[in-house]
Amino acid sequence: MGREREREVQQYTVEQLVAVNPYNPDILPDLENYVNDQVSSKTYSLAANLCLLRLYQFEPDRMSTQIVSRILVKALMAMPAPDFSLCLFLIPERVQMEEQFKTLIVLSHYLETGRFRQFWDEAAKNRHIVEAVPGFEQEIQAYAIHVLSVTYQKVPRAVLAEAINIEGLSLDKFLEHNVANSGWILEKSHGRGQLIVLPRNEFNHPELKKNTADGVPLEHITRIFPILG
Amino acid sequence: MASFDYEDAPANSAAPASSQSHEVLGYDPNFVPDSVKSFAVHLYRHIREKNVYEIHQMYETSFQTLSERLFKDTPWPSVDAVAHYVDNDHVFCLLYREMWFRHLYARLSPTLKQRIDSWDNYCSLFQVVLHGVVNMQLPNQWLWDMVDEFVYQFQSFCQYRAKMKNKTDQEIALLREYDQAWNVYGVLNYLQALVEKSMIIQILEQEKEGLEQFTANDGYDYDGGSNVLKVLGYFSMVGLLRVHCLLGDYHTGLKCLLPIDISQQGVYTSVIGSHITAIYHYGFANLMLRRYVEAIREFNKILLYIYKTKQYHQKSPQYEQILKKNEQMYALLAICLSLCPQVKLVDETVNSQLREKYGEKMIRMQRYDDEAFAIYDELFSYACPKFITPSAPSFEEPLVNYNQDAYRLQLKLFLYEVKQQQLLSGVRTFLKVYSTISLGKLANYMEVDEPTLRTILMTYKHKTHAVDGDGKITSNADVDFYIDDDTIHVMESKPAKRYGDYFLRQVVKLEGVINDLDRIKLD
Repeated sequence: MGREREREVQQYTVEQLVAVNPYNPDILPDLENYVNDQVSSKTYSLAANLCLLRLYQFEPDRMSTQIVSRILVKALMAMPAPDFSLCLFLIPERVQMEEQFKTLIVLSHYLETGRFRQFWDEAAKNRHIVEAVPGFEQEIQAYAIHVLSVTYQKVPRAVLAEAINIEGLSLDKFLEHNVANSGWILEKSHGRGQLIVLPRNEFNHPELKKNTADGVPLEHITRIFPILG
Repeated sequence: MASFDYEDAPANSAAPASSQSHEVLGYDPNFVPDSVKSFAVHLYRHIREKNVYEIHQMYETSFQTLSERLFKDTPWPSVDAVAHYVDNDHVFCLLYREMWFRHLYARLSPTLKQRIDSWDNYCSLFQVVLHGVVNMQLPNQWLWDMVDEFVYQFQSFCQYRAKMKNKTDQEIALLREYDQAWNVYGVLNYLQALVEKSMIIQILEQEKEGLEQFTANDGYDYDGGSNVLKVLGYFSMVGLLRVHCLLGDYHTGLKCLLPIDISQQGVYTSVIGSHITAIYHYGFANLMLRRYVEAIREFNKILLYIYKTKQYHQKSPQYEQILKKNEQMYALLAICLSLCPQVKLVDETVNSQLREKYGEKMIRMQRYDDEAFAIYDELFSYACPKFITPSAPSFEEPLVNYNQDAYRLQLKLFLYEVKQQQLLSGVRTFLKVYSTISLGKLANYMEVDEPTLRTILMTYKHKTHAVDGDGKITSNADVDFYIDDDTIHVMESKPAKRYGDYFLRQVVKLEGVINDLDRIKLD
């Protein structure tokens, strides 16, 4: 209980620092600790991490590639938000050429282009990078489901399985869980296995799309006031 | 004020005086032509009397006229020579020096020492303002120019410093000694301090409740106080957006601008330079964040505005800059529309200008072949901000030029993004033609296998659905679809018939016909 309170206070302090005094080289160690904190407590702060990357930009000698790597993994987990790109914009090219960063960039590329099978294959070959951050697998699966949800009304089981890297009995359990909690429905497709009906949203159901008002700006109407008057 | 005996300077004394000058400089910094003495005296008086209109006239017009006539390629007289005409007023001298350096940067090439001195002057000026002891009212144009020039000189210094290859030992020694000059921390912290000390964010908040009149008064203080700190604080928000863009931190840049509501008029629109700078960087940042629709909207608005109003700025010293930014924003708009085709968002006037300048290129960009990437490269390089490397150089290694590094990184990442969107244009073409199509068939037409097609379609969805700062998802796609098992259903947002516009036109037309009828006399 005491440690939790301590961490709460520390988080509050770091966020405040970033908001009030971000251009200050002295907060660099705090920001680095905060990254490690985000990793272990499964939280995330884009603002704080960008602040740190900026400081590394101002003083390249103080850059820790391990911390940068963790920031990038966290950013990947924030997809579909473009956080990974935002971080790359701040990391010098020669650093991005290092092996571990090239791998992360490849992983990002696969996720950006919907190539989930290749992503999970590559991630499996680099367990040391991705297992360093708890919650990585779940967040990527959440991203995969997000993309599927805006693309499909009904998605074949095999496609879903490949996207979230779960098969067989585990997949059955996963589906059960989402049927119970996320409004998924299971259907039989014409002889080709299960279809998963995903929840309705404005991106996979045109009728739910908000109407772009075909309005006329007031200034245009004022032009004909003399006529109407 | 004591009057001094001075011979009238001949009307065209652009040529430096021979005998009194330092041969090295080629002009005499202590020679003060009569017109300059008069300028300083009057400007000083107007500032003391808070005659904002007259200050503006002198600042905008007189200063330019004198520069054109007497100081085409030499600096203005030194502040020391001018000081005794203005009671050696400390603040006036800081203001005079600010203009002095700005003129130098515009017409000549500053030396390293001059760059450092200019930094010192800004520090002194801002410190005076931050201490709240300033009692002046200055025109918004001048206050904007201060912030704009401050950021510009910082950018210029970073570019200069990064070209280490041909630096003399003297220059290197100076750089090492004055490592605080134009230090990125200093620049950012001064801008931040102006924002904070002025309480401008709170003022803008309270304005929404009707508790403040800042925008209504154009930032001026009608209670006998000073507008300088508040307005500098306000423009510093735009300054921070600009600096963050130069560093490649688009997210934070946009956050800095957030307190300003760009959907409304405001103090930022009171000076055309600030309006353009704010929107240019806002649009660029949104482009890099893939929020194409947002960028297109804002570029469209400002380009229309410039089209309608640029004639009024023909005589102003900012005219060239306005035209340059105008051209750059057309290039950025061409990029946005090629990545994210939209029919409804661009005004007819802007659209026809765009077709004229980039119609040909936009067609080629949407082919996504090597030629297309070359054009994306060309337009991006032409229109992007002058990115900087903020860190101090290493003086140990073999001296190299690294001034292009920052730009090369941003370009590389931008082109990488463009390449990821390569196949989307093809998908769009097919989607426009069908209302439903099976995955198998489309895969055939696109000459890929089904699993690949599925990934392409998911890429299309992901890339066309932008995520804003609050995590909200919006679709940027003008042609959209959903998949039901193995069938694609196209959802075209029909370009809805613009009934409103149609009726307006017909109303006017009918009125014209009726008027004509009335004029006909029947025998």
